[in-house]
Amino acid sequence: MSTPSPFTPSAPRGNRIQKPRRPVVVRDDRNAVRVDVEKLSKSYGSQQVLVDVSVDVKPGEIFTIMGPSGSGKSVLLRHIAGLESPTSGTVKINGHDPILPETRDRFAVALVFQSGALFNSQSVYDNLALYPLEHRLCPKPEIRDRVMRALKILSIENAAHKFPSELSGGMKKRVAIARALVMEPQLILYDEPTSELDPLMSATIAEIIATLKEEISVTTVVVSHDRALSLTISDRVALVHQGRLRAVEKPDDLKNSSDPVVRAFLNPEIDIRNPRFKQLETVNHD
Amino acid sequence: MKRITALLEALGSSLLLAGKAFVSLPAAPRILKRVSEQGYLVGYTTLPIVAILCFFIGAVLALQAGITLRDFGAKQLIGTLVGESMARELGPVMVAILLAGRVGSAVTAELASMKVSGEIDALVTMNIPPARLLVLPRLLAVLLVMPLLTMMGNIIGWFGGAIVSSQVKMIGVPTEMYFQNLKQYLSVGDVMDGLIKAEIFGFVIMLIACTTGLRTRGGPREIGFAVTKSVVFSLIAILTLDYFITKALS
Repeated sequence: MSTPSPFTPSAPRGNRIQKPRRPVVVRDDRNAVRVDVEKLSKSYGSQQVLVDVSVDVKPGEIFTIMGPSGSGKSVLLRHIAGLESPTSGTVKINGHDPILPETRDRFAVALVFQSGALFNSQSVYDNLALYPLEHRLCPKPEIRDRVMRALKILSIENAAHKFPSELSGGMKKRVAIARALVMEPQLILYDEPTSELDPLMSATIAEIIATLKEEISVTTVVVSHDRALSLTISDRVALVHQGRLRAVEKPDDLKNSSDPVVRAFLNPEIDIRNPRFKQLETVNHD
Repeated sequence: MKRITALLEALGSSLLLAGKAFVSLPAAPRILKRVSEQGYLVGYTTLPIVAILCFFIGAVLALQAGITLRDFGAKQLIGTLVGESMARELGPVMVAILLAGRVGSAVTAELASMKVSGEIDALVTMNIPPARLLVLPRLLAVLLVMPLLTMMGNIIGWFGGAIVSSQVKMIGVPTEMYFQNLKQYLSVGDVMDGLIKAEIFGFVIMLIACTTGLRTRGGPREIGFAVTKSVVFSLIAILTLDYFITKALS
């Protein structure tokens, strides 16, 4: 009998919930999901953050959203996670509105926050066990196995009894990903997964994201500034600029894009003799 | 006008939060551990301060009233005065003020910090309602602990009054006479009225603390503002409600 991959879910999708004690979560579709964003606009007061953004993320795809700081990419991700309601337009996960609790019951959607958003008053183990415990997905011994397996995948088994305040930035990121893994998600959303990490840890995180896609059936949406990560592991990359969708291409096509905004973002030149901020000052004075 | 709208909005949010929390009541057996943790925070850690405060309130009340009653030749009634005042008014109000300052502020700071750091959003994405996980245990804990805390405060206050009455020569009421008088005029109804007040105060304080914490937006500066707002609103609510509950119960 072959050894199961550490990425394999605790049981095949479809038989995942064994002997449930009054299960709270009942999934009607256990495969990777499709995300459709249709003419999405979002304003905070008079400030328009997203303008008519339309994207579709195919099941099982790694879709990366890139863009300069403040371009609205994290807001777009929060809409997909159901944490924001659109000013106009729609966001659908397999045709369902992600803001509704019923949709969250139906599909496992995990969001890996930029800061990790770990529960500081709980140990790493309790952080990971919270979701299956609260939703009564399986008996406690199985939850323990699930948690330990996720920690092993991220090579942080030794951190199980530590508290988030005792962890480094990289460890927190890995715990946040492990917490998402415990959910056995059908859609996993990463908000800047490699920010504040050293290049080696960034590469590790990129490998984990890519491997997860291969090993379990999951749709992945990544928001990132990280050019290397975005262009290496993604199936498609979107570039958001000033709240508008500028391009959606395969990584190789994006690299060869003729769009000056895309080119400037992907290949920024450092010009010490004529720095950009000096140019901006001149414009402001004029 | 803006302030009235904001106040009504806050009131609506509080009621909605309480509703969401109590809808999760069937899940109460699953959150017993959290309720006991919160009960420990609300009750056990607040008890020493309640004891000190109520002891001295009882003592000061006996000292102030004792001298006046002595001048009127009615110093034997000091037990009734301290007993009634503590049970009906000072006990529940003082314990509630302490709760607002000590527990209410801590709860607001904790929830506001969770909100600002994204922990509340994390719960929402996991489809774990914050009202069930964070609010319901706190509300149940305060409802369980507040009457006990108030009763302890009352008893300690009565003893404070008894010690001053017997030890201060100007008053000189023996402890036996003090308690005999207290028992004679203080009814179970008086104590129950005080406990009803305490229960309502505790519930309102915790609801204000949770609502203010969960409505916080921004950064660390806003956490500080939220704590101040929560304590100020709680104090206003305690004193305003005190009048109306007293009127309703009398």
